[in-house]
Amino acid sequence: MVPLSAYVAVSAVLFTTGVIGVLIRRNFIIVLMAVEIMLNAANLNLVAFSHYLDSMAGQIVALFVIAVAGGEAAVGLAIIIVVFRGKISTNVDEMNLLKW
Amino acid sequence: MVAFFFAYFSLVSILAGALTVALRNPVHCGIALLTLLLHVAGLFFLLNAEFLAIVQIIVYVGAILVLYLFVLMLLNLKTDERVLHSRYPLFLVPAVLGCAYLLALMLRSPFGGVKGDAPVAAVLQHGDTYAVGIKMFSDYLLQFEIVGVFLLGAIIGAIVLAKTPTAADTDSREA
Repeated sequence: MVPLSAYVAVSAVLFTTGVIGVLIRRNFIIVLMAVEIMLNAANLNLVAFSHYLDSMAGQIVALFVIAVAGGEAAVGLAIIIVVFRGKISTNVDEMNLLKW
Repeated sequence: MVAFFFAYFSLVSILAGALTVALRNPVHCGIALLTLLLHVAGLFFLLNAEFLAIVQIIVYVGAILVLYLFVLMLLNLKTDERVLHSRYPLFLVPAVLGCAYLLALMLRSPFGGVKGDAPVAAVLQHGDTYAVGIKMFSDYLLQFEIVGVFLLGAIIGAIVLAKTPTAADTDSREA
C-alpha cells in the first residue's frame, strides 16, 4: 500500500518543477506548458486525497480543473498568435506593450 | 505490484516534468509534457480514478497538447534564441524559497481529514464513472453549469482574439 504522503510528495515535486519553469523560461509557450504541469500536480493531489479520504469531491474538482485548463490553453495560445502576428517574438521579456 | 507501478509512474513523470522545463526545442518540450500527462494518468489509475485517467488522456493529451503542437507548428519559432529568462537567478531564489516553504508545510502536516461518504468498496460496486456521475449531477450541478458557461466564454474569446483583422476593423480603428 502506497502511503498518501508519497503521492503528495510527487505532486509537490511536479508543482515545484512547474513554478521553476514559469519563472525561468522565456518562451511563452513553454511557460504555458509549465502552467499545465502545475495544474496536473494539483489534480494529482486532489485525486490522491479523494482516494484516501473516501470522498468523491476531489475527482469532481479535478474534472473541473481539466476543463478550465482547456479554456486557459485556448485563450493563451490565441494571445500568442495575436502577439506573434504583430511581429513581436514569443519571448516574455520582449512582450511589454502594456508597460509604461 | 502497486508500489512498483507507483514508483515507475512517479519517477517517469518527475523526469518528464524536468525535461519539459529544461529542453531547448519547444517541440521536444511538448513531447516531454505528453509523457508526463500519460504517466499522471497512470497514477490516476492506481488511485481508482479510471474515469479521470481516461478524461486526462482524451482531453489533455488528445486535445490540449495537440493544440499546443499545432500552434508550435504554425508559429515557426526560432530555437537558437536564448532559452532562459534574462534575469533568471533573480527568479530562481524566490522559487527555491517557496519550494522550501512547501516542503516544510508538508513535513508538518498530519495528512488527516474527515472521511467522506464514498469508501473504495462502495465506489467499486458500480464503478468509478457511476460514482462521479451521480456526485457531479447532484451536488455539483451548479458548478458543472458554470464550467459550461466558462468554456463558452473561452471559445468566443479565443475566436475573437485569433481572428484575422478585416479591412472594416482597421478602418473603424483609424477613424
